[in-house]
Amino acid sequence: MSVIPLRQMAAGQKGRISKVGAHGELGRRIRDMGIVPGTPIQILGRAPLKDPVAIRVWNFTLTLRNNEADHIHVEVEEVP
Amino acid sequence: MNDAAEQYLIALAGNPNCGKTTLFNSITGARQHVSNYPGITVEKKEGVASVEGCQLLFVDLPGTYSLTAYSLEELVARDFIVNERPRVVVNIVDASNLERNLYLTVQLMELGMPMVLVLNMMDAAASRGITIDVTELSRRLGIPVIPAVARTGRGKDELLRVTADMARRQPKWSPVAMSYGADIDPAVDTMEAEIERAGFLTDMYPARWTALKYLEADEQVIKRGGEADSVLSERLETTASDVAEHLHRTLESYPEAIIADHRYGFISALLKDGVVTREGKTDRLFISDQIDRVLTNRLFGPLIMMGILYVVYQFTFQYSALPVSLVEAAFAWLGDTCNALLPEGILKSLIVSGIIDGVGGVVGFIPLIMFMFFAIALLEDTGYLARVAYMLDRVFRTFGLHGSSVMAFIISGGIAGGCAVPGVMATRTLRSSRERLATLLTAPFMNCGAKIPVFAMLVAAFFPAKRAPMMFLLTFLSWTAALLLARLIRSTILRGPSTPFLLELPPYRMPTLRGLVIHTFERTWQYIQKAGTIILAISILFWALMSFPGLPESNKEAFEAIRQDILAGVSEEGRAVLQAKGGGASADAKMPAEWAAAAEALKDVDGEEAQVALRNSFAGRVGRALEGVSRWCGFDWRTNVALLSGFAAKEIIISTMGTAYSLSEVREGEDLSLSERLAADPQWNRLKAFALIVFIMLYAPCFATVTCIIKESGAWKWGVFSMVFNTTIALLMAMAIYQGGLRLGLG
Repeated sequence: MSVIPLRQMAAGQKGRISKVGAHGELGRRIRDMGIVPGTPIQILGRAPLKDPVAIRVWNFTLTLRNNEADHIHVEVEEVP
Repeated sequence: MNDAAEQYLIALAGNPNCGKTTLFNSITGARQHVSNYPGITVEKKEGVASVEGCQLLFVDLPGTYSLTAYSLEELVARDFIVNERPRVVVNIVDASNLERNLYLTVQLMELGMPMVLVLNMMDAAASRGITIDVTELSRRLGIPVIPAVARTGRGKDELLRVTADMARRQPKWSPVAMSYGADIDPAVDTMEAEIERAGFLTDMYPARWTALKYLEADEQVIKRGGEADSVLSERLETTASDVAEHLHRTLESYPEAIIADHRYGFISALLKDGVVTREGKTDRLFISDQIDRVLTNRLFGPLIMMGILYVVYQFTFQYSALPVSLVEAAFAWLGDTCNALLPEGILKSLIVSGIIDGVGGVVGFIPLIMFMFFAIALLEDTGYLARVAYMLDRVFRTFGLHGSSVMAFIISGGIAGGCAVPGVMATRTLRSSRERLATLLTAPFMNCGAKIPVFAMLVAAFFPAKRAPMMFLLTFLSWTAALLLARLIRSTILRGPSTPFLLELPPYRMPTLRGLVIHTFERTWQYIQKAGTIILAISILFWALMSFPGLPESNKEAFEAIRQDILAGVSEEGRAVLQAKGGGASADAKMPAEWAAAAEALKDVDGEEAQVALRNSFAGRVGRALEGVSRWCGFDWRTNVALLSGFAAKEIIISTMGTAYSLSEVREGEDLSLSERLAADPQWNRLKAFALIVFIMLYAPCFATVTCIIKESGAWKWGVFSMVFNTTIALLMAMAIYQGGLRLGLG
């Protein structure tokens, strides 16, 4: 078990959100989308230019830019 | 609203992509009215449904994930509920994605107005193995819950009945007092008591809600609070910041984060113990994921996207070509008929060149706009547009734009031959305001279908051997200019961090034809209402600028004398024929050679007279006055007046230039004579032609586009800005090219 920034997760990797560091508008937007500590997520893939990243959270697909993903830390099974 | 007809105001709230619009269409049918919320560009849709002898006036609130004060849409939704006090709020949620959708529901419950919950897409939820105990959910929430499938109309009747019942009973607002944990609750309780005692904002908001908003640092509520009672407001802010400080010290967190966590906690508790059960693995999302593996693949994704965007472009402009040409033909016929029927004079000129051309200009865009909105609605409703934004965001973000900006650029002429009017309107798919403004200000730099014939004429005259590479170069230049200028705009007047991206990729789904058609028609109708009148008015203004003050009598007489001289040289029979043909006399193959020569001579005189009249018109005078500046780009008054007329519509540049060069009756498509004329003119050369092409590419958009910029941005200043900014840039670029070229000896 280790905690890594979402940006470092590999495609297909699963984990559980441990911390959302953003506040203000970005923080609010992230939470509006259901990204709160304890939420299981999975990386679905990345856009052709490696940014944004697509994740599965709850029952839907969310895409966010890498610099937005940096505020999200995820507890993963093992470091890829 | 308690009149005899029993009409109740009902608000429809929900997340984007939850089927809210589909439900709205299914409830209200075609009885809809689209307008804007006062003073802003957020769309407001209203529609009526009759049920059991009462009328329900539905207002479709903007789709939002939340009720914060960060985005215009959310503020609108919140203010509507608070200010208009709808009898009932119908909250529609995606049953297959309850956890996130209920976040908005919880916030609505915090406000506490009477509410009905609609679980939409029950079929999709079922196919994904999700079962929902509707009765238990309703019991736990304390509000009616109605399972529905908006696409098929399932649940619609029950929803209407339950809503009408509730509206009649008129229940009181009952805000839910939720717990936000040990760190927040005591503060909320104290603040609530204080607010209640002072009656602080209680005419608008429930006391506990106001307390919550102070803790969440909600700008709008704090501002209103400060206006209502600055002392209490400051005390509340102090309490809130104490809590914030404590949370930051102990948990490294923020009140708003803790509050959100508890809302989600409430939701997961709500759905536990058999309210929602999941089984099975294969579901719609699975299929959607499979499609995405191909459509957003690193290699195939961009290729397929280019193909799809090209097809959309073809669809918009190819299929609309027939209706557009029919409309044009109809107006041409109308113009010719009036031309023949009306007596010669200023009234005829006003009707034919001012009004008919103006109305034709408005109507001519309609097929284009309809096809564009249909194509975009199709991409949006299937879910593909979100994928385009996802794939292209990295590129467009570099220039301060958004992945969704691409649509506006392509429609505007990113693939040469588009039109900026529908292009500017296509920016509606962008939800982030700075990016949207930057996009709609730069999309008109693209080479629209009206600039193309002008370029073609100039290229044919000066670069006849390099037509294809020149056109490609021009497309490349317009993209470069648009993107770089977008960057410039975003780092100066629209400076600011980019709006958070966080875009949902909805599952692929089949759009309903009904939805597409309603969508297309209501937007087209809006264009006619909003832009139509202004376009017509400016068209008439331009006609006046080009026609007045006309020629002095002495000049007219001189031209008439020349005509009489020519006619005097023809036999009596010929004179009668030529005179009968009137001003626009032209040679006829069946005519004797003598008559034909006279006809040609008459035409030359007409051309000469038109040229002198144009030179003397207000537009001509402005054109001459501008020579002082424009000569730095190599343009004389003829070019200037043509460019001025191009503000009415870019393709008119050709016919005005024709008049300015005394070529009578230069029409679209018959521009070869002008092309040859310019090529043969010693005043002209490749350098001047290229400077002119670049100027036309960049200068002020046509006023139809400017009108749309004003309407879409909601402010006159952006229309004025686009005219001034674009013309300045065009002038600087053309000047740099011309002067640079001269230095290099290219002139």
